[in-house]
Amino acid sequence: MSELTLTVMRLGFLAVLWLFVIVAVQVIRSDLFGTRVTQRGSRRESGRPQAAARQQAAPPQQRQQASGGGRQRRGAPTKLVVSEGILEGTTVALQGQTITLGRAHDSTIVLDDDYASSRHARIYPDRDGQWIVEDLGSTNGTYLDRSRLTTPTPIPLGAPIRIGKTVIELRK
Amino acid sequence: MSSTTNPSTHHTSTIGAIGAPSRRNTELALLVFAVVIPVFAYVNVGLAVNDQVPSGLLGYGLGLGLLAAVGHLVVRKFAPYADPLLLPVATLLNGLGLVLIWRLDQSPRLQQRAESLFGSFSPDAPKQLLYSALGIALFVAVVMLLKDHRILQRYTYISMVAAIVLLLLPLVPGLGANVNGAKIWISIGGFSIQPGEFAKIIIAVFFSGYLMVKRDALALASRRFMGLYLPRGRDLGPILTLWAVSLLILIFENDLGTSLLFFGMFVIMLYVATERTSWIVIGLLMSAGGAVVVSTFASQVKVRVTAWLDPFGCYETSGACEQIGQSIMSFGSGGVLGTGLGQGNSDLIGFAANSDFIFATVGEELGLAGVMAFLLLYALIIERGIRTALAARDPFGKLFATGLSGAFALQIFVVAGGVMGLIPLTGMTMPFLASGGSSVIANWALVGILLRISDTARRPAPAPASNPDAEMTQVVRP
Repeated sequence: MSELTLTVMRLGFLAVLWLFVIVAVQVIRSDLFGTRVTQRGSRRESGRPQAAARQQAAPPQQRQQASGGGRQRRGAPTKLVVSEGILEGTTVALQGQTITLGRAHDSTIVLDDDYASSRHARIYPDRDGQWIVEDLGSTNGTYLDRSRLTTPTPIPLGAPIRIGKTVIELRK
Repeated sequence: MSSTTNPSTHHTSTIGAIGAPSRRNTELALLVFAVVIPVFAYVNVGLAVNDQVPSGLLGYGLGLGLLAAVGHLVVRKFAPYADPLLLPVATLLNGLGLVLIWRLDQSPRLQQRAESLFGSFSPDAPKQLLYSALGIALFVAVVMLLKDHRILQRYTYISMVAAIVLLLLPLVPGLGANVNGAKIWISIGGFSIQPGEFAKIIIAVFFSGYLMVKRDALALASRRFMGLYLPRGRDLGPILTLWAVSLLILIFENDLGTSLLFFGMFVIMLYVATERTSWIVIGLLMSAGGAVVVSTFASQVKVRVTAWLDPFGCYETSGACEQIGQSIMSFGSGGVLGTGLGQGNSDLIGFAANSDFIFATVGEELGLAGVMAFLLLYALIIERGIRTALAARDPFGKLFATGLSGAFALQIFVVAGGVMGLIPLTGMTMPFLASGGSSVIANWALVGILLRISDTARRPAPAPASNPDAEMTQVVRP
């Protein structure tokens, strides 16, 4: 066998061996970051072509900014404080994530309160960065100041939100 | 989390894990790759050594492919969520090991040597293919029969006894075989078995069962001294016992590798179970002390330490020194890219060229690039093992997976370090690569257990039962 063929085979074999290693590492990578992005509400919007078209037209970066942009706004709340109830003194930093409240163990704030439902309410930023509280069909209701919530409502800074025996408010 | 009532969340997106990927197709693709690479290597060796494509190519390729296919189908059926990398990497290493053994079978030097010593030469590659088939059979049996690794937890103390019996078997007169000074084989009906390879897995069961129960006592009851948490005297009992046992193995069986493996595995698992650095310090001190004491008394170990310290000083006089010297020269002459498969002179090592010293052939014929690729492949198996331990939800499974991958890692370090002259040679074998039935069979079983644990760990949790909390909410009556 000619010298050249053997040299090519030698280098080729090493290349193939390393290719296997690299492919294997790629598999590990996809295992680690095996995530997919789902557009919320896209199923519901399929019946509304205009809205769906607008959503598709919006470039992803812009959407990213819209969802996270609220925290840079001046005068926006930065933390959620529990001001009454068993968890009094607990604070949660507001970083654009949805905060769920209830007795369910997977809630962001787990309320140990017989008057709270397991999935009681949630607090989330809308696309302008305004924080919204929404009652999730709880038994005893969620109160903002004195009024019981019926629709998702923007939260003014410092307004008390009452859930069972717990009162929370947003602060700067 | 649905947003049925809120119009303002239309433009936010959720990032979540892909729903329960089984990764079996990834595994299949990698397996095809892992069978093709050894076939390529086989052709390469044939062209380099005999100037023709080897005649056994079809049989060999089909054999390896069949074994891989059986393994894959069984995993697909019985462990659908298992790790996708373990089986292909093990198959690739086993296939390349077969090629390297076949390549050394072709060496005229080794053939002459065998004829002058034993009167006849018998190739090792067909035997190794048979052992690989047995290994895959055991792998299949483990994956099929071991439905849940936690069953093994029941046999914590039985497995301790079994492991000690297995380790002591080579010392039984009539059963044990003394091969070149090390008494680690037993021979039954013409077959020689290395019980230590199997004891490695069984003792991991004991360690994980024991540490799972005792880890709180070992971790918390301690005094602080010079920045280290020292354990109480009575908690030192098990580690002292293990140390004594591994020293006894070393003295009576002359087997540095096995004793290092067991003690090291125990220290690794102690550290993982308790998060106390002091165990590592204590373990290192004890093994250093034991090694120094034994190396001054046991002749076999002493020879190996001398060969390690200065292989070229005693090159002409001692066989052990010559082997190490030849091995180091193999690695050196391989350079960065190697001489090419079938074109090296690693057969000069002579005895054990295709078992303990097989890594020297990799070093010479594939060079530094090949050695690094092989070490990375081993590292991948170890990484997947540790990853499995991280993902496992039960403490027994966590410790068991850690112990198995720790033992695997230690074995690689001890063997590769031994042939490269980093540490004294220990007489262990490179998993999957080296010629030898016990090693390849036991390591396939090890991979089978890791696959089983990873299947349990990666299996998506069953959908939670509807939450009863909601009904229990009291209603405020105004």
